[in-house]
Amino acid sequence: MRSAQLRPLRDLRMIRNVESKLHDVVIVGGGGAGLRAAIAAAEVDPGLDIAVVSKVYPMRSHTVAAEGGMAAAIKENDSFEHHIYDTISGSDWLADQDAVELFVKEAPDELIQLEHWGCPWSREPNGTVAVRPFGGMRIQRTWFAADKTGFHVLHSLFQTTMRYASVNRYDEWFALDLLVDDGRCQGVAALELRSGEVKAILGKAVIICTGGGGRVFPFTTNAAIKTGDGMTLAYRAGVALKDMEFVQYHPTGLPGTGILITEAARGEGGILVNKNGRRYLQDYNLGRPLDISDPNHPQNRTMELGPRDRLSQAFILEEQKGNVMQGEYGSYVHLDVRHLGEKLIDSKLPFVRELALNYGGIDPVTEPIPVRPVVHYMMGGIDTDIRGATSLPRLFAAGECACVSINGANRLGSNSLTELLVFGARAGHDAAELAAGSEIGDVGALEAQATASESRVRGLVSNGNQGTERIADIRQEMTTAMETGAGIYRTEESLRATCHKLVELRDRFRNVNLDDSGLRYNTELIAALELDCMLDVAQSVAFSALARKESRGSHQRTDYPDRDDDGYLKHSLAYREDDSPRIEYKPVTITKWPPAARVYGS
Amino acid sequence: MVDSITLEVFRYSPDSGRDSFQSYEVEFRDDWVVLDALNFIKDHIDGTLSYRWSCRMGVCGSCGMMVNGYPVLSCSAFLRDYLPGPVRVEPLNNFEVERDLIIDFDDFLEKLHSVKPWLVREDEAPVEAGEYLQTPAELASYKQYTMCINCMLCYAACPVAGHEPEFIGPAALALAHRYNMDSRDQGREQRLDILLSNEGIWDCTFVGECSVVCPKHVDPAGAIQQSKVSGIVDYYKSFLTPWMAKK
Repeated sequence: MRSAQLRPLRDLRMIRNVESKLHDVVIVGGGGAGLRAAIAAAEVDPGLDIAVVSKVYPMRSHTVAAEGGMAAAIKENDSFEHHIYDTISGSDWLADQDAVELFVKEAPDELIQLEHWGCPWSREPNGTVAVRPFGGMRIQRTWFAADKTGFHVLHSLFQTTMRYASVNRYDEWFALDLLVDDGRCQGVAALELRSGEVKAILGKAVIICTGGGGRVFPFTTNAAIKTGDGMTLAYRAGVALKDMEFVQYHPTGLPGTGILITEAARGEGGILVNKNGRRYLQDYNLGRPLDISDPNHPQNRTMELGPRDRLSQAFILEEQKGNVMQGEYGSYVHLDVRHLGEKLIDSKLPFVRELALNYGGIDPVTEPIPVRPVVHYMMGGIDTDIRGATSLPRLFAAGECACVSINGANRLGSNSLTELLVFGARAGHDAAELAAGSEIGDVGALEAQATASESRVRGLVSNGNQGTERIADIRQEMTTAMETGAGIYRTEESLRATCHKLVELRDRFRNVNLDDSGLRYNTELIAALELDCMLDVAQSVAFSALARKESRGSHQRTDYPDRDDDGYLKHSLAYREDDSPRIEYKPVTITKWPPAARVYGS
Repeated sequence: MVDSITLEVFRYSPDSGRDSFQSYEVEFRDDWVVLDALNFIKDHIDGTLSYRWSCRMGVCGSCGMMVNGYPVLSCSAFLRDYLPGPVRVEPLNNFEVERDLIIDFDDFLEKLHSVKPWLVREDEAPVEAGEYLQTPAELASYKQYTMCINCMLCYAACPVAGHEPEFIGPAALALAHRYNMDSRDQGREQRLDILLSNEGIWDCTFVGECSVVCPKHVDPAGAIQQSKVSGIVDYYKSFLTPWMAKK
């Protein structure tokens, strides 16, 4: 009886616009940046209604997997100037210096704020926050919570957001498209996984905080959810993706799984050795090693504490010399922390031990850990200014999905968690102030756009049973093409082949197969939507890399081995076009630190 | 050497309302976890199989399932430990099933919210005042209870949670204890009502299974016992010095 009454309504909905939900600020993504933005917005005005739309429950967000720590200059031996210079030189001068300066200056307050919100930072005996050394930093300035810093940051933020009644969560809602009225971003169309329904989640300003897209590569530390959806939301709405060619390989991932072994292992004194037992980094312009028993080991900005791009490149060169070891999952070197002793490992690197034991069958207390470079982070992202605002009015972005840029051509370890807080807070604050003084646009028009999004999704599902291409096959061919052609070292030829392949895969995606025609928790549909996003992200990476004919930071072209400041001291901007992106450029902001050679090794 | 293994996976379709077990035979690999086998099935055999996963390194808490009747993170459960199979994979006990291996745990988030899992201060210091001081010993007194990844294995193992859905349960109570034990927190009294309520710590019968299955060694059972001890003290204090017990 009840279902008979409901049926006409359901049919009616086929021709009606989707339902909308009204808020003041809509945040897409519930990781570190999104939650920090939510709190900042809630604090601007408790009367504002904040929505956090996330495809996973917030505590599942990938911030949870960050390990080593979070940089901020607070100790007496440190200075803003030092942190700024380390970051700019680490970026190979591609970072915007005004952005780096304010980032460094706002960092300490943000970290203290997080401490006041309960983050269990590791401590000095006198009760102050402890810091540890990290790669590319000349002073110890990395705050840490053992080696689960991201986990504690995320859970502290998530639990703190529960204080704010004005923060409304949409857990397990997948954002499909930005909704734009009169040139202003006013919400997102989103699919609720549980019901399969699409709604228009409207707000007077939108902030994208969805993280990176490391899953476009086959071997990555990134979680399954890191598929670049948020980058694509902006990209499809006409916003440029900036500096996408800069992809960070972390030098120490476990072979096979790609599980991250934190840089903190080297910060605490761990060393990298090749098959001959040699600390090979000394052969790659990273300074001279001190003996592990030397009280000055490890030295900052030297050897194992060099920047990630240089360490990952050294591995490839060492591989070419035949100095690495061979295993089931390719070549590797050894990260040796045995000399640190069980007590230190258990107090400061317990997760390293747990991960190496569980996933590598190795106890780091008694054996060296096999490691190899693994895709970890995207320096590029949605083009924003230093307030987190994009070229689309009322649209902001923060965190890994955004490119301000403070990271330039290579991010320093422990700057990204700080970036979440600094720019998440800025974007949340500004979005809230804008929202507080304005009205929502034409709701009917916005709902109509969301209805079009719904049609796109329904089409994907209903055509799915006629498709012939398996999601996993396209995905695997995409990731293989990225690794072979757009990996640590690239050439014109390798990049052209990858770009060509990606255009082909984009075409084949139109014929994608879905086994699942269900509405509720159709996780195969989500996988298809994610793949669609990844193909866009992959194209932006490969085409930007093809266009940049120089080597800088993480972007190494063997056919253009030198940095070319005359030609390429500029940000690349990838704009989405039908077949392949259009690449443009804009200048880098240089204030007080003129480009110079990057020098490591004391 | 074994070259294949069978998974018997619980299927439930919310659209049809039907449930069943479905068998899938997959290649056996020594370094594969149950989640790898599920991913293989989804990618290559049956795209309709639904489950949650993300980090595949035991920290995001998404992929809890019953494997051969025992709650585990499927990213940490190696197939080699279940030889020769079959391996029975089911959604976590004590939760409503949304679809296949996906459970509804929204209730947990309500319970978590109810214990005020944030630092409560009477006097929130401005950031200019710098960090609150906390010695390594003070940190150590609660650190273990901060390690909860909200994976819900403890709720699946808890006999009380199975009988009494209102029971706040191991993870949320452990997190309440985490804040109560934090030297920076001043909210212990605000959490007393909920902890001492019918659904709070006294509901726990100290079976201790929660601590056994916890993949992060949080020891919720220990946290609840410690809360009971301090709860008794607070209870009697409320008679002797009522002006001190409540704020």
